[in-house]
Amino acid sequence: MKPINQVTSVLTPLNRKNVDTDQIISKEFLKRIERTGFGQYVFYHWRFDAEGNPIEDFVLNQPQYKGSSILVAHDNFGCGSSREHAPWAILDYGFNVVIAPSYADIFHNNCFKNGILPIELSVSEVEEILATAEANATTATVSLEHQTVTVGDKVYHFDIDAYYKETLLNGWDEISLTIQYDEHIKKYEQRRTVFA
Amino acid sequence: MGKNIIEKVWDNHIVYEESGKPDLLFIDLHLVHEVTSPQAFEGLRLNNRQVRRPDLTFATMDHNVPTQNLPVINDPIAKKQITTLADNCKEFGVELADMGHPDQGIVHVIGPQLGLTQPGKTIVCGDSHTSTHGAFGAIAFGIGTSEVEHVLSTQTLWQNKPKTMEVRVEGELGFGVAAKDIILAIIAKFGIDMGTGHIVEFTGDAIHKLSMEERMTICNMSIEAGAKAGLISPDQITVDYIKGRKFAPADQFDEAAAYWLSLASDADATYDEVRIIQAADIEPIVTWGTNPSMGVGVSQTVPTAADFTEESDKQALEKALTYMDLEAGTPITDIAIQHVFIGSCTNSRLHDLRAAASVIQGQKVHEGVRAIVVPGSYSVKQQAEAEGLDKVFLEAGFEWRESGCSMCLAMNEDVVPAGERCASTSNRNFEGRQGAGSRTHLVSPPMAAAAAIAGHFVDVREIMKASV
Repeated sequence: MKPINQVTSVLTPLNRKNVDTDQIISKEFLKRIERTGFGQYVFYHWRFDAEGNPIEDFVLNQPQYKGSSILVAHDNFGCGSSREHAPWAILDYGFNVVIAPSYADIFHNNCFKNGILPIELSVSEVEEILATAEANATTATVSLEHQTVTVGDKVYHFDIDAYYKETLLNGWDEISLTIQYDEHIKKYEQRRTVFA
Repeated sequence: MGKNIIEKVWDNHIVYEESGKPDLLFIDLHLVHEVTSPQAFEGLRLNNRQVRRPDLTFATMDHNVPTQNLPVINDPIAKKQITTLADNCKEFGVELADMGHPDQGIVHVIGPQLGLTQPGKTIVCGDSHTSTHGAFGAIAFGIGTSEVEHVLSTQTLWQNKPKTMEVRVEGELGFGVAAKDIILAIIAKFGIDMGTGHIVEFTGDAIHKLSMEERMTICNMSIEAGAKAGLISPDQITVDYIKGRKFAPADQFDEAAAYWLSLASDADATYDEVRIIQAADIEPIVTWGTNPSMGVGVSQTVPTAADFTEESDKQALEKALTYMDLEAGTPITDIAIQHVFIGSCTNSRLHDLRAAASVIQGQKVHEGVRAIVVPGSYSVKQQAEAEGLDKVFLEAGFEWRESGCSMCLAMNEDVVPAGERCASTSNRNFEGRQGAGSRTHLVSPPMAAAAAIAGHFVDVREIMKASV
């Protein structure tokens, strides 16, 4: 996966709680056997009406947010289905940073496997950023190394697990890392409890 | 100080631990299906890697499969996904319960049915409802496709140790209240992010009186409460269920059973969080909105803005009611439905089908309602037919289908049309879940069957009382 460190982009405000992965990528698009090509379907039923026409007031269809790499959402983002097609779709569409007060566990985990940085800020910080981004197209800079989000003259700090930070900064393939622990896995396999 | 089962099972599976890193956990059972695995197998091929433990990996087809006119698959893209899984299993030596195989079924139905699911195991699958297997006292959780590839290749996962939560269901469950109502009531009371970052153990008398199939319904929907996993300490009911199943221990069964029972949480075990709910307060639940926490008792009405204090909740209510085309304050029993779906990994086992059939009593499906029953596995279907349940459903006007995920997520042809309403025994009522523009109300199997007959929601307890 691609390493990620500093990202400067306009912010896309998606001010909804509990956005589930069925909304991020609907099931009719899960039948592909590739990892790519899902971006065109992201938030499909919020972006397009039943006839396939763009719904103008949905944020992804508003011209001032085109080309954005940073999605700002509300609590419990990515809940529901484990489908990794959701982060694939988000990434393929162009977002590699998400900012929200909280995430569902599986989605959160899936981000780290794909070079997406899921930033957690407090509810009040996220609501402040959402309000700014909704009022005017606002550019922000994210630094993973310094664990900061800079919006205008405001700097927000975020926490991140050291292991995942290193993985994202380096774009590491986790399987290659784990293979280095093969001796430990073999030893475990010899001592594990098994009943015939 | 004693340990809870979550700590015991977790600690038993640590391959490697180092401060500042997640634990490297061994995975005892990896279940695979057609939708979330093709990219993982492709990753193995590109990197010239093998499946490390095919003996701990088991595959089936469920999400995409048609539930009628087998083995014809009309959707060419679905067909490709299905044949891709068959080819991958062959290439990598993974056992597969293919379409038409007697062990085929929804992945979370067949694991327990085959005895693959056992207490104390770590179980993963590229599906969020893997939490179902927690009913046996296993740590079972859904993973993404990258993690599927990681498990195929290394039989391990890097995982931060989650916090632990006890959800205690105290007292005795009321007459006619189902396991589905317990879990919907828990989610309605504590919210869809109650369990984020936690593994939940369900405890209490009301839980341990349940059969294994009912326990699976509870643990299945742990993910709808945001939990990493949900489980129940094994007891004699657990042990009795497993005995004699295809992949259960045979020669060492007694030894295994003693080990399993030893994993139950100690009497003085503690948890990071505790939630308590009184079983007697729970009535049959119907969801009215677009996430599983938006549910109320069948005797109640659709909420109004005055029922919420937070502005964001009022907005969520308004959005949900617009999508669902419901008026605030409408009595639940006034809501008419056009579709009924009895099935899914939540409620498609023999117990569920029996419970649904028991409230039909020779009546007919209401005019204008299309009702389908989709057994959770080929084996469930066979057993139900041996008991004559298929005839009860067919004579009432239900359709009786082959097994699969079907209308729970509508990846195959079983779709609820836009603007129509479905009483569904599945687990998610998200926008568009059962088809673009479809409106889902989550209920138990008896509540779904009763709605099919009446054409609208009814309190199934009244029907059950009349027949006692």
